[in-house]
Amino acid sequence: MSDFMAARSQMAMSLAFHIIFAAVGIGMPLLMLIAEGLWLRTRDDVYLTLAKRWAKGTAILFAVGAVSGTVLSFELGLLWPGFMRFAGPIIGMPFSLEGFAFFTEAIFLGIYLYGWKRVSALAHWLTGAMVAISGAVSGVFVVAANAWMNTPTGFRMENGKPVDIDPIAAMFNPSWFQQTLHMTIASYLATGAAVAGIHAFLLLRHPRDRFHRRALAIALTVLAVTAVLQPISGDHSAKVVAETQPVKLAALEGQFITERGAPLRIGGIPDPASQTTRYALEIPGGLSFLAHGDFSAEVKGLEIVPPEDRPNTVVVHLAFQIMVAAGMALLGLGLLSALLAWRTRRLPDQRWLLWLMVLASPLGFIAIEAGWVVTEVGRQPWVVYGLVRTADAVTPMPGLAVTFVTFTLLYLFLAAVVAWLMWTQIITAPAADLGHGHEEAGHAVA
Amino acid sequence: MPSLEVLIAGIMLAALVFYALLAGADFGGGVWDLLARGPRTSQQRALIAGAIGPIWEANHVWLILVIVLLFTAFPPAFVAIMTALHIPLTIMLVGIVLRGAAFTFRTYDSQADAVQRRWSRVFAIASVVTPVMLGVCIGAIASGQITVVDGVVTSGFFAAWLAPFPWAVGLFALVLFAFLAAVYLTVEAPDLALREDFRRRALGAAVAVGALALAVFLLSGAGAPRIRAGLIASPWAAPLQVATALAAVGAIGALWRRHYLLARALAAAQITLILLGWAAGQFPYLVEPNITIAEAAAPPVTLRLLLYALAAGALVLFPSLYYLYRIFKGPDVFSIGLRGARSAAAQRDEARHANDS
Repeated sequence: MSDFMAARSQMAMSLAFHIIFAAVGIGMPLLMLIAEGLWLRTRDDVYLTLAKRWAKGTAILFAVGAVSGTVLSFELGLLWPGFMRFAGPIIGMPFSLEGFAFFTEAIFLGIYLYGWKRVSALAHWLTGAMVAISGAVSGVFVVAANAWMNTPTGFRMENGKPVDIDPIAAMFNPSWFQQTLHMTIASYLATGAAVAGIHAFLLLRHPRDRFHRRALAIALTVLAVTAVLQPISGDHSAKVVAETQPVKLAALEGQFITERGAPLRIGGIPDPASQTTRYALEIPGGLSFLAHGDFSAEVKGLEIVPPEDRPNTVVVHLAFQIMVAAGMALLGLGLLSALLAWRTRRLPDQRWLLWLMVLASPLGFIAIEAGWVVTEVGRQPWVVYGLVRTADAVTPMPGLAVTFVTFTLLYLFLAAVVAWLMWTQIITAPAADLGHGHEEAGHAVA
Repeated sequence: MPSLEVLIAGIMLAALVFYALLAGADFGGGVWDLLARGPRTSQQRALIAGAIGPIWEANHVWLILVIVLLFTAFPPAFVAIMTALHIPLTIMLVGIVLRGAAFTFRTYDSQADAVQRRWSRVFAIASVVTPVMLGVCIGAIASGQITVVDGVVTSGFFAAWLAPFPWAVGLFALVLFAFLAAVYLTVEAPDLALREDFRRRALGAAVAVGALALAVFLLSGAGAPRIRAGLIASPWAAPLQVATALAAVGAIGALWRRHYLLARALAAAQITLILLGWAAGQFPYLVEPNITIAEAAAPPVTLRLLLYALAAGALVLFPSLYYLYRIFKGPDVFSIGLRGARSAAAQRDEARHANDS
């Protein structure tokens, strides 16, 4: 493995790992907030127990997210010094603001987790609101920085160096809104789907359990609302990508040649050798319409740039199909659940539907991972689109396969422990344990 | 009025000081977890876990702030450090990940002894490794052995940090953090016996701090000649060193006389002064001997906006931090014990102590 490939693999692996915990860190506080808010209104203790149970899970996931995020902030320089030398002064702004958002999140999460008995009930709920807001804002800043890599603005090139830097224009680059919106909704959707699936599974084991019924009602509502919003945000994203990164759009749609009335391809395998995408279900004019709002509009193909400037079309196209398919499945589940709930005026708890929820529980995170492959691999071979090649940004450090393997093993270990703890200490923990154990957390150490 | 870039560098140093004073003590807590012994072993560990639990994640963010400021305001320095110190920084990162993860896993995993011991071990060892590597990196930066020509590191990936001086600084950082943690824990201990445990540990650590300070000073002759010359030539050097020594001696004296709040304030002052001394000795260099603050600075527009962002962030950060510490550390949290009174707890202890003897 070349050092360059090791660096790319390490970065990809670190991001793929962190993004799960980051998304949960955005999604879970909303669920906790709803549960605790319902407790404040109804004083039904099941809601309080639920908020505490979710908080306990969030504590574990947030800690792993915090440390893996730290690794990423160092890896920007450890692996990509050429990128940071170029980009630091231009996109440092959102990173600094993110630092403060993360500070706020960590501070109020500390109060939320350990302060159940130390602050008033309302103050505690407001603390949770601070966690939810700062978590979402923190994600927005980081994704805005990533959006700049796709659509770099806020400077001018002169002799290969950026001049006339405008950090505000860089932060509010053409992709910032669509990317941050899409990622924020994705975080709520993925968390909602995962939590709904877990409680659906437990309801299959313990039907009529009030705890799991209320948990499912909250998670399913979040799922249904965000599953409807996400395709709208995705459509907007595609239009922005069509305009600002035509090569990326061509890669994710498997569009090799520039043509009018380009079809939308569902599925299919791109074949770079023959410049065609085979075995796809084609909807005539579909891509032209989705990208430009006109069935006969011209869609640029990969052919507008030489082969060395194209991303790996097979990977990008397949990842895009997976993301869309997962999103559509969740949309279907959300609409179906909403319909059943509306017709029966109760929680849709048909066993077959609960099983569908169990099956759908990983789909949100699969969509997030696939979506990141689309945006990151789709940007290649550039780290700053059209300006800095990823290969030119890599560190001169040799032997990077060693650190890649080290972090891979470390993260596999953490993932296994987290999964084990979630299962044994949170998900299947007896309900009697829930009320306490948490407040005392951190004090009962042998 | 200092120039914009010096101002930002000063804020970066302040963030590093906060990291040392807050997160440093969390790592020090891990050291005392490892060294917990005697009849109150489990109480010692519980005190440490309770002290760290609600705040370690917030304390940890100071390091991220330092890194973000470095790559936004001084990209060439960031690039040089991340390249030349790739290996020790990577080890430090593994330590950071394992420390935080193991601490959280221990809190939420089964309370069975074997499980708790296993996570304790990981948490404590990572708490030792991380500060050592942080100190090694700071020592390497101060040593003047990271050379950069036209933005390219020419001193390789090993030379700068595989030397006695950086490792002496690494051990110095470890004992300083352990000292700080023990002093903080004397204030936070719920009873006399535990307070005495950590008073003894703090006094022992203070001796180790003195020994390692001497070692660092002796090794700096060969290991970091420029910063040593800077420390001798700078007009602030003598007052800074005198103040550091006074704070160190004062902290030991206050511990000896059981003025715990005062000891805490003096220990914090001591660490702040040590970092200030390092910065003063190295000024105007970010990475000796090739990268100065002025040369590495990002364009003024970036620095100015960064300053606004920091000001806005501080408006949210400091009240939030105050709220956090006020909730979990009580009304004495920022007291330095000079208003004629020591904490009520210390006075009670003293009375009991007098009765015992």
